[in-house]
Amino acid sequence: MISQLFFAYFAFAIVLLSVLVITRKNPVHSVLWMLLLFFHIASLYLFLNAEFMAAIQIIVYAGGILVLFLFVVLLMNIREELRINKFIGAWPTGFTFAVGLLVVITMSVRSFVAGPQGKYTIDLIKKESNIKVLGKLLYTDFLFPFEVASLILLVAIVGAIVLAKKRVKS
Amino acid sequence: MVPLNWYILLSAVVFTIGVFGFLSRRNIIIMFMSIELMLNAVNISLISFSHYLQDMRGQILAFFVIAVAASEAAIGLAIVIALFRNKATAHVDEIHEMHG
Repeated sequence: MISQLFFAYFAFAIVLLSVLVITRKNPVHSVLWMLLLFFHIASLYLFLNAEFMAAIQIIVYAGGILVLFLFVVLLMNIREELRINKFIGAWPTGFTFAVGLLVVITMSVRSFVAGPQGKYTIDLIKKESNIKVLGKLLYTDFLFPFEVASLILLVAIVGAIVLAKKRVKS
Repeated sequence: MVPLNWYILLSAVVFTIGVFGFLSRRNIIIMFMSIELMLNAVNISLISFSHYLQDMRGQILAFFVIAVAASEAAIGLAIVIALFRNKATAHVDEIHEMHG
């Protein structure tokens, strides 16, 4: 009962905050609502026994990505933003598409059958701690994808610098 | 105990809101934020699968999704800055250089 109440609060807050994020006229307000949204999602992860992912969610999303967004938002002209219409003219098309997608996903969830249970039970994770289990898997079974992820981040760093730097006149 | 379907439905609703925001906002930065919203919805479903199926692979996949989301935000915002330098607008309906 108490867990269902908890989930109900977080689900309601997450949906409300995501609607607020995409409907605010002022982009700064959108970014700040998104900060609150990320904190709620992190607490949902805590609720699912994923402490490390909750910490990563706050550190990477709230501490890194949102600060980046805020920097770029400060570059643009907020006064003009507040003046014009926030949605493009064809927004009913997007709305219809989104509602159709929701209906399709809801229909397909009803015939969902869960697969077999794995070996990482809650007792095992409690005994070893979440970070230890995750780190062991990440550095043994998933070592190659981990290295690929580091390569992706390197490409992103180089690409961001190349794209954002001023062109030198030759 | 909360059923797994509730988490999947929550994830579907957040994903749909992200799709709507991406398709119908005028501001390119809010469109990027909608992409982040969609990635977060996928992460919610992955981590709930990981918890309910007692398998850590869901959390590892969510970890990689976060890494890709971080690099996507960096590249995307760099593109937005390059756009500002050439065009000085953040509205997608005013960007039609490629006549798409």
